[in-house]
Amino acid sequence: MKGALARKGFDGVTLLLLPAVFFVIALFIYPFLYGLFLSFAPKDGGWWLGNYAKFFSDPFLYDTIGKTLLVAVPVTIMNLACSVPVALRVRLMLKPKLLTTILVIPITLGTVLVAEGMLNYFGPRGWLNRFLMEFHLVSEPLHLIHNYWGVFLSLVITGFPFTFLLTLSYVTGIDPALEQAGAMLGARGWDRFRHILMPLLLPGLMITFCLSFVQAFSVFPSAVLLGAPAGITRVISVAAYTAAFEEYDYSMASAIAMIMAAVQVGIVALLLGLQSLFYSGPAGGGKG
Amino acid sequence: MIRTESVASRLWVWAVWLLVGFFIVNLLALIATVVVNSFSTRWFTTWLPVGFTVKWYLSAWEEFQLPDILMATFEVVGAVVLLSGLIGVPAAYAMARREFPGKKFVMLLFLLPMLVPPITFGIPLATVLYKAGLAGSASGVILANLVPTVPFVILVMIPFIQQIDPRVEQAARVFGAGTFRMFTNVLVPLLTPGILAALLLVLVRTIAMFELTFLTAGPENQTLVVALYYAVFAAGVRAGQSVDAMAVIYMVTTLAWLLLALRFVNPTQIVTRAKKGGH
Repeated sequence: MKGALARKGFDGVTLLLLPAVFFVIALFIYPFLYGLFLSFAPKDGGWWLGNYAKFFSDPFLYDTIGKTLLVAVPVTIMNLACSVPVALRVRLMLKPKLLTTILVIPITLGTVLVAEGMLNYFGPRGWLNRFLMEFHLVSEPLHLIHNYWGVFLSLVITGFPFTFLLTLSYVTGIDPALEQAGAMLGARGWDRFRHILMPLLLPGLMITFCLSFVQAFSVFPSAVLLGAPAGITRVISVAAYTAAFEEYDYSMASAIAMIMAAVQVGIVALLLGLQSLFYSGPAGGGKG
Repeated sequence: MIRTESVASRLWVWAVWLLVGFFIVNLLALIATVVVNSFSTRWFTTWLPVGFTVKWYLSAWEEFQLPDILMATFEVVGAVVLLSGLIGVPAAYAMARREFPGKKFVMLLFLLPMLVPPITFGIPLATVLYKAGLAGSASGVILANLVPTVPFVILVMIPFIQQIDPRVEQAARVFGAGTFRMFTNVLVPLLTPGILAALLLVLVRTIAMFELTFLTAGPENQTLVVALYYAVFAAGVRAGQSVDAMAVIYMVTTLAWLLLALRFVNPTQIVTRAKKGGH
């Protein structure tokens, strides 16, 4: 018996996996399933789909999906669109470590600290507005916090470095010889990008887009601190938090969390479905 | 090396660097305002504050009960680092060295908690922890924080372990070492740089992990970042400089560990672990 299992790869060493597997099942899979079942058992009894029916009939609740998409999608597209040209230049740098270190700082500090900094910096008396007024670029302070733009900018500040570093890791994975071959045959910059780099990068960019989008879609602290959490930036995570910790309706909160997960999975599945239409293969240049 | 030839492409290169410069200048100015304000006496209508003082640090120290918050933070962070190392490293070893049916499924199991955003799985997780009576206590906060960090350690460690020649382990086995002896006397010393890198990154991530701690912490075990959130949320209750003093303390704590971590890892690894580990 022992021998048969060992031949399949189950021996003492494989058992070392058990604590970790048990842990992930107990604290990730189980809570998710628990939440799923709880969402079908409304707090006040009643119909098993009661929570979902309530969510999709109350504009105050179902609007949160649209509001979250309204900020998450443009931010993700913008971050990705800026990341690609920057990553293509940074790839040519000899010592990119200083730049990448600076960009890791906002990711590490996290959204709460960035929010506090933005309240100072983008505020009506902050340095940015002072600078713009001093040089007569604007006649009155720009309103950049406690509205849509506050959340948007915070997602740029923490999201752009994240998107950029991911993009950079894909870009540096492309063999420079491929582009050099293109240049030797007379392809200009834009043509090299369009016909050589872009097709090789697309699968990586799709994954980058998915990861960045999922992060942006679950925006929480900055939507509260920098946005208008009762208005335009009442995002879906705020609705879920309110249900759980202000109304103590864990069943409804679970339903909202499940809807949030479903939208994320839906968009990711859509994009990965599209990806299967593009080239995916080696990005190296060797014989093989 | 490909030379940029035309005027248009040179302009384009300038535009790209201008974009990067613009981003970095704003980012650094944003951080600088927090630091400057935390040392200011009054700062309203001028470029720089009227005068400088350190009194906000003293008042923040008392007002926010920082000693308690720092203790709670280090308790949580220390436990998370230790436990994720103890659970993660042996699991990574098994993943790196054994082929078994269902390995892809197990890998997916480890990838999911890192790909799903904390707020999405945090709400059902907090619900379960509240039902179990664990939320609101340090153990609940630690358990919640371990959910992304255990898979993180596993995925960071797998490539480090794969670099070690299996013959080293076979030699240890030949001389009669059991799995445990082999781990403590052979593997851990060889893996020290990798373990250090993984655990330092866990440390930085856990200090800055807002969502999971926020959803599971009670008033007694708020970590620094959650206390900072409440301070910013209740802006107006206390002087802005006091909140900023606390923000600076948080920033220094996080960045000191980040700089230490960056001695062992490349900055890009902080975000690309999912992809690298996926292979």
